[in-house]
Amino acid sequence: MPETSVAIDLGLSATPVSLWRRAKNSCMTFAALGAVILVLLPLGAIFGYLVYKGIGALNWAFLTQIPKPVGEAGGGMANAIAGTTLILGIASTIGVPIGIGAGIYLAEYGRNRFGDLIRFTADVLNGVPSIVVGIVAYGLVVLSQRHFSALAGGVALAIMMIPIITRATEEMLLLVPNTVREAAYGLGVSRWRTTLSITLRTATSGVITGIMLAFARVAGETAPLLFTAFGNQYWNWKINQPTAALSLQIFVYAISPFDEWHRQAWAGALILIVLIVVSIMAVRIAASRGMMKGAH
Amino acid sequence: MANQAWGTPPLSGPQPVEKPTVTVQEGQPLVLSWTGQWADQVFYLLMLACGLTVLALVGLIVYELAVRSGLSWHAFGWQFFFRSDWDPVNDQFGALPFIYGTVVSSVLALLMAVPLAIGVSVFITEMSPPWLRSPLAFTTELLAAIPSVIYGLWAIFVLVPILRVYVQPFLATTFGWTGLFEGPPFGIGMLAAGVILAIMVVPIVSSITREVMTAVPQQQREAVLALGATRWEMIRTGVLRNARAGIMGGVILGLGRALGETMAVTMVIGNRPEIARSLFAPGYTMASVIANEFSEATGDLYLSALVEIGLALFLVTIVVNILAQILVWTVTRGTPARSHA
Amino acid sequence: MGVGIQVEGLNAWFGKTQALQDINIKIAGNHATAVIGPSGCGKSTFVRCLNRMHETIPDARATGRVRIGDLDVYNGTSAVAIRRRIGMVFQKPNPFPTMSIYGNVAAGLKLNGFRNRKRTDEIVERSLRYSALWDEVKDAMHKKSGASLSGGQQQRLCIARALAVEPEVLLMDEPCSALDPISTGKIEELIFQLKERFTIVIVTHNMQQASRVAEFTGFFLLGKLIEFDKTEKIFTTPSDKRTEDYITGRFG
Repeated sequence: MPETSVAIDLGLSATPVSLWRRAKNSCMTFAALGAVILVLLPLGAIFGYLVYKGIGALNWAFLTQIPKPVGEAGGGMANAIAGTTLILGIASTIGVPIGIGAGIYLAEYGRNRFGDLIRFTADVLNGVPSIVVGIVAYGLVVLSQRHFSALAGGVALAIMMIPIITRATEEMLLLVPNTVREAAYGLGVSRWRTTLSITLRTATSGVITGIMLAFARVAGETAPLLFTAFGNQYWNWKINQPTAALSLQIFVYAISPFDEWHRQAWAGALILIVLIVVSIMAVRIAASRGMMKGAH
Repeated sequence: MANQAWGTPPLSGPQPVEKPTVTVQEGQPLVLSWTGQWADQVFYLLMLACGLTVLALVGLIVYELAVRSGLSWHAFGWQFFFRSDWDPVNDQFGALPFIYGTVVSSVLALLMAVPLAIGVSVFITEMSPPWLRSPLAFTTELLAAIPSVIYGLWAIFVLVPILRVYVQPFLATTFGWTGLFEGPPFGIGMLAAGVILAIMVVPIVSSITREVMTAVPQQQREAVLALGATRWEMIRTGVLRNARAGIMGGVILGLGRALGETMAVTMVIGNRPEIARSLFAPGYTMASVIANEFSEATGDLYLSALVEIGLALFLVTIVVNILAQILVWTVTRGTPARSHA
Repeated sequence: MGVGIQVEGLNAWFGKTQALQDINIKIAGNHATAVIGPSGCGKSTFVRCLNRMHETIPDARATGRVRIGDLDVYNGTSAVAIRRRIGMVFQKPNPFPTMSIYGNVAAGLKLNGFRNRKRTDEIVERSLRYSALWDEVKDAMHKKSGASLSGGQQQRLCIARALAVEPEVLLMDEPCSALDPISTGKIEELIFQLKERFTIVIVTHNMQQASRVAEFTGFFLLGKLIEFDKTEKIFTTPSDKRTEDYITGRFG
C-alpha cells in the first residue's frame, strides 16, 4: 500500500491493522457489552425483588383493607390505591383538557413566535423538579384552604401532566395531513368544527397515547404529594381532605422501622409498577397498531 | 366519450337559480353562518387560554417561590447560600450543606452514569445485532419509567446492604488513602445516593446519546471506515466526535434530572446536614431537606428558608435544562425532542 | 341546476407576491369549463378564490368581485356559508380517514347540522350513484373506511362527498393527476354526466383532458387570464400567440 498522508489524524499507520488496534477494538466491544450488562443488572434486580418480595405480601386483605395500627399484623393499602385513583382523577380532569387545548393552540394557531414561546415554556415546565411543583401547589391550594387535600395533590400532578400532553397533542395534530383539513373546509365546515370533529378525531389514538404517557409518569410521583395530599391512614373520597396515595404509602412504610410495613411496601410497589408497565405496554401497542391510522 | 356540440354560447349574466332540492341548513342559513363565525372566535379564545395557562403556570411557579422565600431572603441575604448551620430551633438557616450534598451526589452519579450510558448507547446503535436493538432500547427506557420511590425502596433493602457488606469495606481498604472512603461503612450515605442516582440517570443520557448518534449521517461512518479504521476507531472519530455536543447535552440533561431527584435520594442519603469529605458519610440534598422537613416546618422563617432552597433548585434546574436543550438541538437540528417518559 | 359565475377584477396575493392579476371571466352555468396553463400560472389559486379556500393559507388574500348565481362571494356572506354552496374536489383524494364510506359522504351534511337519518341515507345513495360508486360499495359502505378504497375510488368518493350537499358549482383542482389512466377515464365520464346538473370548473395540466370534457377553456399565464373561449377554438385557432405556444408544447 502506498504511503498516503491522511488528513484526519486517526493515529492510523499505513501498515495492516496492528495487533494493538485490534485488541483495543475488541476491548471496547467488551466494555460496551459490559456497560449493557451493568445497566441491565439493576433493572433485573429491581423487577426481580419487586416480584419476589411483593408477591409474598400481596393478598386479598392487602387489596381491600386499610392499614392496621402499628404493631398489628395484616391490613393493607386499599385506601392508598383508592386515593391514588382519586388524585389521578382530579389531576386528569384539570390537566387533560388544558393540555389538549394548549396542544390544539400550538398546532392550529401557534405556528409563529408566540407559539414558540409557549412551546419553550412547556419544555421548561417539564423540567421543573417535582418537589418544587409540590411547593407551588402547597402555596396555591393548601395555604388558601388551610388544610391538605386530594385537590392540592391533583393540582400538583396536573401541572406535571400538562406539558407532556401539550407536546404530544401538538405532535399528533401536526401529523394529520393538511389535505384532511382542506377537505372539511371545502365542505363549508367552520374552523372550530373542523379542528374538533376532523383533525382531533383523526389524531385521537395518538393523543390518547400522550395522555397515557403523562399518566404513567405522574402515577408514581411521591414528592409533590408529600405536602399536598399528605396521606391518610383511613379511607377518603372527599377532594378537600388529605388522602392516602400508593406512592406516599410506599415511602412512609419503607422508611419506617417495622418489618411488617416493609413487607407491605414491597407489595404496594409491585402494584404500582404493574400499573405503570401496563400503561406503557398499552401505549406501545396503540402506537404500533392504530396511531398512524389517521396520518398517511 | 364523444365530444358534444359546442353550440351554446357563453352566457352574459347571472342565471336564474333553481333552489337545491335539499335545504341543508333546514331553514336557517343566516343564523348558522353567524354562529359559525362567533363560535370560531370563542373556540380560538378558549384554545389561546389553554396555551396561556402554560405560560401562566411557569409565572405562577416563579411568583410563589419568590414571594414565599421573601422572608428568608430578607433575613439572610446572599449569605444563606454560604452558611452551614441549619438550626430550626434557633431560627438559623444556611443552605450550604444541601448545595454541597446536591452537587456531590449529582457529580458522583454522572461520573458513574455517563460512561455506562455512552457504552450502552454505543452498543445499541453501533454494535448490537439488529434484532437485539429494539428490545435493548426498550429495556433501558423501562428503567426511566420506574418511579423514584421504588428505586428508593430497592436501594434501602438491596443496594445499601450490598454497599455496607461488600463494596464499602473493599473501597476503604483499597482506596482509603484518598480520604474519600473514611468512617464507618453504614451503607447509607453519599455513596449510596450517588449510585442510585446513577442508575436513574443512565436512561436519560443514553436516550439522548442514542438520538444524536443516530442523527450522525451514515457518510461520516463510511468515510472513516474507508480509511481503514477498526470499528471502535470509526465509532470514536466518525460518530462520537460528531455527536459530541449532543452527548454533552444529554449529560447536562441527566445532571438536571439528578439535581431535582428527591425520593430515592432522601431514602438513602442519611439526611444529615453536614459537609464531609468521605463518601461514606451521610449527607443532605436540597430536594431531600424540602421533602423531609416541609410539612413539619414550624414557623414562617423555617418554611421560607425551605422555599428559598426550592427557588434556588428551580433556577439551577431551569438553567441546566435550557443549556441541555440548546446543545441537543445543535446536533439534531430542530427535529422535535420527544418527551421522555 | 348549475349557475353561472361572474368574476370581475380578481386579484390574489400570497403575502407580498401577487398570484393573480385582474381576472375577468364569465363562466357558463351547466357547462364544464377547463382552466389550463403551465405550473405556477395561478390556475389553482384562481379556482380556490372562487370558494374562498385561498384565504385558509396564512398571509393569503384576495380582492375583487365574484358572483356565483345570486351569491356575492366576497361581500356579505361568510366564507363558511359560501363553501357550503360550492363543492370542491382536490388534487390528491382526501377522504376522512376515521370515517366509513357512508360517513364520508354524509360528512358535509352531518357536520353542518343536518339530522334527518332517513333523508341522509337517501342523499348518500344518490350521491354515490352520481359518482358511479354505488354498485361498488353499497354492501360495505358502513363498515369499510374511506381510506381503504383504491385511488380512483377514493376520488370518486370525494366527488360524492362534495355532491351530497347539493352545491351549485363543483370546483375540481387537477382531480385526476394522482390517478391511473383507467380511473382518470371513469372520472372524466363522470364529469361529462355531472355537468348536466352542475356548473363545473376543472383545473387541469392535461390539455387532452380539457378538450375531452370541457366546453370552454381559459388559459392562464403568470397570474393573468390570457384567453378564454370555447375549447374547440382554443385548441384549433387560438387568438393569442402565447396560448398557441403553450398548446403546441413550446413551453410549460
